[in-house]
Amino acid sequence: MTEMDVASMILAGDRLALARTLTQVENGTHQGIAALNALFPYTGKAHLIGVTGASGTGKSSLVNQLVRYYRQQTRQTALAEHGTTTTHHGATQQSLPNPTDSGPSQAEGPCRVAVVAVDPTSPFSGGAILGDRIRMRDLAGDPGVFIRSMATRGSLGGIASATGAIAQVLDAAGFDLILIETVGAGQSEVEIARLADTTIVVEAPGLGDDIQAIKAGILEIADVLVVNKADLPGADNTERALRGSLGLSRPFRPAGQLVHRVEHHGHLVTITEPTHKAEPTDLVWVPPIIRTVALDGRGVPELAEAIMAHRKYLERTGAWGLRERGRLQTELDLLLQNRLLVDFRSRLADGEYETALEEVLERRISPFQAVEELVNKHR
Amino acid sequence: MSERKIRVLIAKPGLDGHDRGAKVVARALRDAGMEIIYTGLRQTPEMIAEAALQEDVDAVGLSILSGAHMALVPRVLELLKANGQEHVKVFLGGIVPDEDVPLLLKMGVIGIYGPGTLSESYVNDIRKAVMEAHA
Repeated sequence: MTEMDVASMILAGDRLALARTLTQVENGTHQGIAALNALFPYTGKAHLIGVTGASGTGKSSLVNQLVRYYRQQTRQTALAEHGTTTTHHGATQQSLPNPTDSGPSQAEGPCRVAVVAVDPTSPFSGGAILGDRIRMRDLAGDPGVFIRSMATRGSLGGIASATGAIAQVLDAAGFDLILIETVGAGQSEVEIARLADTTIVVEAPGLGDDIQAIKAGILEIADVLVVNKADLPGADNTERALRGSLGLSRPFRPAGQLVHRVEHHGHLVTITEPTHKAEPTDLVWVPPIIRTVALDGRGVPELAEAIMAHRKYLERTGAWGLRERGRLQTELDLLLQNRLLVDFRSRLADGEYETALEEVLERRISPFQAVEELVNKHR
Repeated sequence: MSERKIRVLIAKPGLDGHDRGAKVVARALRDAGMEIIYTGLRQTPEMIAEAALQEDVDAVGLSILSGAHMALVPRVLELLKANGQEHVKVFLGGIVPDEDVPLLLKMGVIGIYGPGTLSESYVNDIRKAVMEAHA
C-alpha cells in the first residue's frame, strides 16, 4: 500500500488504517512520516484540548465525562463558528479529496472526539503501563470516539515527543475535538501548553497548601482551571487558593493593548500589541475556575462552556492563528535541529566525535571548544 | 526513535473481579520493556476488540477465572478477525481446566498460563510470537 492509499483510507474513516498509521508515526518510521506528509494538508481543523494536573486529581475520569458530554452535542453547538481556523493553501494531491471539503459527516451531526492519553515510560525497562482507558469505559462502543494510549518514551515534559504528530493524524482523520491527557504532572510539565489550543489544569482538594499554587509552572499555563472532586471537604479552600494565585499571576495589562501568550523559539512569551477594539474585557482572558465531580458529571456542561468561551476568545483576538504559527515554528526548529545534527555527524570521520569527547572527558578542552573545533573543521 | 515497542492489551472479560493475576502479568511485561494497555475489569469481548483495534496492539492477554473462557475466548478471536486483526496474538491467564487447553490452543490461543507460571515463560512466548508475525 502506498502512503496515498493509507491517507485516503484514513480520510474515509478506516479505523484500522488510522490505528496502524498512529503506530508508524509514533515509531517515527518512513511509512509514518510519508503518511503524515500526505495527511498534513488536512490538519489544522481540530480544537486541541490539553488536560493536565497532578496524579489522582481525576483527569481520566474528567476526560471520560467531557467526551460523553460532547458526544451529545451537535458540531455546531460544540464548536461554534469556524472563524479563522480553516484556511488551507497549496494542497495539490491528485488522488485525495480537496482538503477544504469537509467530508461526509459534517455540519449537524454530533462532533467526533479523539482522546490521546499519555502515561509514563519506565526509565529502567523502557516498558509502560497505560491505564487511562480504565476510567473511559463509558466511551466503549461509540464509533464517534477514538482513544489512543501512548507512553512518554523518555520525554520529560508530560507528553511524548510524538504526541503532536499523533494529534495531527487524528486531526486529519476528521476528529473535531482532540483531548490530550498528560501524565500526572506536578509543576514543570508544561509542554502541553505549546501543543494545545486550550489547556485545562485539574486540581483536587487536599493536595497541598496554597504556596503550591503560586509556584511557577503548571498554573500559569491554565486557560481553564478545574477543581475536581468538588464534593469533598476542602474544595472551598482549593478554589480560594487558586483564585488568590490567579489574581497575583495576571500580568499587568495596560488599557488598549492586546496581550497574547505565544510560543516563540521554544519559549512561551507574552506579547502585547496596540489595539483599537473598544472593549478591554474582550481582550483579556482570565482563566475561569470550574468545579466538577467527574464521578457523576456535575459541572461538566459548565466546563465545556468555558472551553468553548476560550475558543471564541482565541478566534476573536487572533490568538488562535498566532498559537498555531508558534507551534509550527517550534516543530520546524526541532526537526531542523535533528536533521542538521544527523547530517553533520554523517560528515565526521570515524572516531572524530569520540576523540573530541575524550578530550572533553580529560578536561583538556571545554564542551564549547569541542563544538567550535568540530564545526570549524567541517565548515 | 524507530525502535519497535511490543504493545499488549491486558483485559479481564466477564464478571469475576479477581484482577491480581492480570496486574502481575501487566507488570512483568512492563518490566520486559513492553507497553501494556490495561483496561480493567468487566470488559465485554466487543470492548476488548475495540480497544485492541484503537491501540493497534500486537497481543491481547485475557484473564478469566469465572469458567466462562469457552464462551469468551472464541468471541474475542472472532471479533479480532472481523476487525482485520487476525495477526494479533491472544494468550490466556487464570483458571482453565486441563481438558479445555487443547481446544483453546486449536482455536489459535498462543499460550495458557495458570497460577504458578514463571513470568519468563509468557514474556518469551509473546516476544517470540510477535517477532515471528513481523518477520
